[in-house]
Amino acid sequence: MLAGGQFLLLSALVGRLYYLQVLQSDRYVMLSDDNRINIKLLPPPRGRILDRKGETMATNRHNYRIALVSEQTNDVTATLDAIGLLIPLSASDYQRVRREIHRKREFVPITVRENLTWAEVARIEVNAPDLAGVVIEVGQTRYYPLGATAVHITGYVAAVSEDELTGDPLLELPDSRIGKNGIEKIYDLALRGKAGNSQVEVNAFGRVIRELERNEGQPGDDLVLTLDAGLQRYVSARIAEKSASAVVLDILTGDVLALASSPSYDPNLFTNGISSEDWRALLNHPRKPLISKAISGQYPPGSTFKMVVALAALESGLAGRSHEVFCTGEVQLGNRTFHCWKRGGHGRMDMVDALEQSCDIYFYDISLRIGINRIAKMARRFGLGELSDIDLHGEQPGLVPDRDWKFANFERSWQKGETLIAGIGQGYMLATPLQLAVMTARIASGGVAVTPHLSRRALTRNQDDGAETGPVFASMGLSPASLAVVTEGMRRAVNGARGTARRARIVEPDMAMAGKTGTSQVRSISTAERLSGVLKNSKRPWEKRDHALFVAYAPIHDPRYAIAVVVEHGGSGSSVAAPIARDILRETQRRDPARDGSLERIAAASDSSSG
Amino acid sequence: MAKSLGIQHYQMSLGLKFRRINWSLVLVLTMTAMIGIAMLYSAANGNLDPWASRHAARFGAGLVMMIGIALIDIRHLLRWAYGIYGLALAMLALVEIMGISGMGAQRWIDLGFFQLQPSEVMKMALVLALARYFHGLTMEETRRLRALAALLLLVLAPAALVLRQPDLGTAVMLMLTSAAILLAAGVRLRIFAIVAVAGLSAIPLAWQFLRDYQKERILTFLDPERDPLGAGYHILQSKIALGSGGMFGKGFLNGTQSQLSFLPERQTDFIFTMLAEEFGLMGGLTLLALYTLILIYGFVIGLGTKSQFARLVATGVTATFFVYVFINIAMVTGLIPVVGVPLPLVSYGGTAMVTIMVGVGLLMSVYVHRDIEIPRRPPV
Repeated sequence: MLAGGQFLLLSALVGRLYYLQVLQSDRYVMLSDDNRINIKLLPPPRGRILDRKGETMATNRHNYRIALVSEQTNDVTATLDAIGLLIPLSASDYQRVRREIHRKREFVPITVRENLTWAEVARIEVNAPDLAGVVIEVGQTRYYPLGATAVHITGYVAAVSEDELTGDPLLELPDSRIGKNGIEKIYDLALRGKAGNSQVEVNAFGRVIRELERNEGQPGDDLVLTLDAGLQRYVSARIAEKSASAVVLDILTGDVLALASSPSYDPNLFTNGISSEDWRALLNHPRKPLISKAISGQYPPGSTFKMVVALAALESGLAGRSHEVFCTGEVQLGNRTFHCWKRGGHGRMDMVDALEQSCDIYFYDISLRIGINRIAKMARRFGLGELSDIDLHGEQPGLVPDRDWKFANFERSWQKGETLIAGIGQGYMLATPLQLAVMTARIASGGVAVTPHLSRRALTRNQDDGAETGPVFASMGLSPASLAVVTEGMRRAVNGARGTARRARIVEPDMAMAGKTGTSQVRSISTAERLSGVLKNSKRPWEKRDHALFVAYAPIHDPRYAIAVVVEHGGSGSSVAAPIARDILRETQRRDPARDGSLERIAAASDSSSG
Repeated sequence: MAKSLGIQHYQMSLGLKFRRINWSLVLVLTMTAMIGIAMLYSAANGNLDPWASRHAARFGAGLVMMIGIALIDIRHLLRWAYGIYGLALAMLALVEIMGISGMGAQRWIDLGFFQLQPSEVMKMALVLALARYFHGLTMEETRRLRALAALLLLVLAPAALVLRQPDLGTAVMLMLTSAAILLAAGVRLRIFAIVAVAGLSAIPLAWQFLRDYQKERILTFLDPERDPLGAGYHILQSKIALGSGGMFGKGFLNGTQSQLSFLPERQTDFIFTMLAEEFGLMGGLTLLALYTLILIYGFVIGLGTKSQFARLVATGVTATFFVYVFINIAMVTGLIPVVGVPLPLVSYGGTAMVTIMVGVGLLMSVYVHRDIEIPRRPPV
């Protein structure tokens, strides 16, 4: 009986073994692989951002950080305390780690602190045996060598927020950064690359025994911009003191060579998490450094709009180049009086004279003749009132009003007086500096529908082959004769004897520019005020002063570069904006490698002197 | 009577005794130990040191000791049975007193060259004492309840002392082995039932004796989800290793659970798991077959002997062996709570090796002296 009982029990053991090793085997094979195989994501290096000449605008630097793998830790609080004895941890670090542990999968390392010094790394490493689940990782931090100079183009990267999680496991890594603005945001997927992974066999203590399989990810693509970093630096510096923006375009290609907004801020503040007081300071700054004024700032274009009105008149056939108006300084419409900027008037003006001297009365006259809808239509053909589709986030469309728009928004019919105001780029009319630059480029290119872009990708992203062919823009179908009137007007506005920007002309004949000033009011001038004498711009409070605008292209004999400069509440376009544009256009042309026979001459000279 | 007296005084020469040793059993034991050596080689990730070589040496020494014991006359063993038991009990009491008197709680007495564990000595001492006790009773007396009173003391005293050490595994083994001997001696099942009920009602009392970690183990066994990373971790890892071994195993030295240290105590309590991971169900069954063979030897030897004492010694040793095997394998397969009981001849550890080889020596002595009759009431 005793023997029988023992054999019965032994049979039970055999049955148990059969159950575990045969019936349940598959499940336990999986569990054993779970035990020994760890899959680690290998974050690919983020692609660099380069300017057109290969200068680095965004790159990666090493960042040592300490991370915690919650599933390998017995007690998160105790481990954090242990870490806290070695390196300083703040209460907010504790909270953040605990929050992330709840949010993320238990095998994902949670960053405890970043940017450790070498001494801190060493202290952690020495105590590693007592810190279960704690790992030192080397990550990469985004670095922007140009700093504040190009932030409105590069944008910046920062920690991924919850609503940005798309299921890409790469975004769940502790050091993962996502583009929050600018090029970093719009080309985020291309720059990010594809995560690789490494399957490693680990022992019970988490030590890696060997690598079983490794799939290298795909590094992020390097992105070459059309921007000229050197020129960008120049432009940034030139407008640094003001609340201003400037855009330089290549007329032939639509390449954005420089796009600056001032004041600016340093994107490197964001990569490691910006402090809340720094953030508040940026947010509450009265001159709005976070906004890229070049694409998001909307201003009445003022007199820079007069080319569009002139073209609308010329193309309609209702007023030609020789159409003349006598400017007395004011004109009556109904019971209202409309004034020219020049008290006493300009006298007899033809269309080119009117552009040269920016005569308001002349443009009142032709605006009334052609009506608001023809003006609006022409404005849209020049890219005003709609997004340029530039590869940046946050672009504003501006506003080109017409009869339908007025009725849809105010349920009132369009007034003739409003046509007058629109004819000098005031009233409802709004444009961004980028739109003004595009407008100028389209005029200077002889009526080609130039569109702006910061990367050639923007042009090829809808095509099958990514061949770097230059863009081919459609003709706008404007008559060369009409364009000739406008460009002659712009030439004389800068270079003519009575030109409004004569003082800002470029004296070198091969660099000479053509342009148009604009001074747009931000408030209406009352009759009483006008009678008592308008206060000088500099006597008004800042936010009531006029915007100073200037658009231009150069060189006149073979137009290549277009520019728009807007200085918020800066005063008059001729005295404030035009000199800035002149300096920038001169610098732009000086940097042009194609026109630089001088470079070769210098090279030849140094060769002969040394040889 | 005269005839039995004659045989009682019969003396075999040492040479004859040596020849009467059951050498085929020795072969089976050696094969089992070889499996142990191979697994210990694997447990050290393919090294003879530190375990495999020493295990081989201990088994060799154990064999010599076993043969030495086999040659001892069974009647001497009968005569010394209570003495050995008394000594073992005294040593158990000594370590208990040492623990209380602040000399440090420990389970062993340091003899300088050897650390003697009284609880291990007690395993075989109790077998001898019980065998002698029942040898001295007639069948009639055995069936009477009164005779069991002294017996209960014989078992419970050492069991309680061992439990206090605390060594739950050994205490359980002592009880189970005793039960087997009682059954073989002819104690009626009804009495077993009474003792079982008494035992069950004593569980709350026994619970007081248990240390926290022992309570934890039992609770974790009853509900493994209680603590998957703590006490439940060992048994979970063991089951994963067994299950992933499958039918034919992952191959010698290729058990990932064992080689990568997920399996705890792989050289001692969990060595069966390692075998079954690397050689699969086939490996596990092979070892079980060898153990079964050893148990069959034990039963056959018990049946072929002529005295009650020898028969009960054989039964006790076989039962002890069985209890080792069963508790260990049932534990690593998750059938019973984790108790620290090694696998005979395979697990690394000198103490268990000594106990097993002494036991096998006693069994072999029974076999060698199988024809000797001993009167139920030996002359004192």
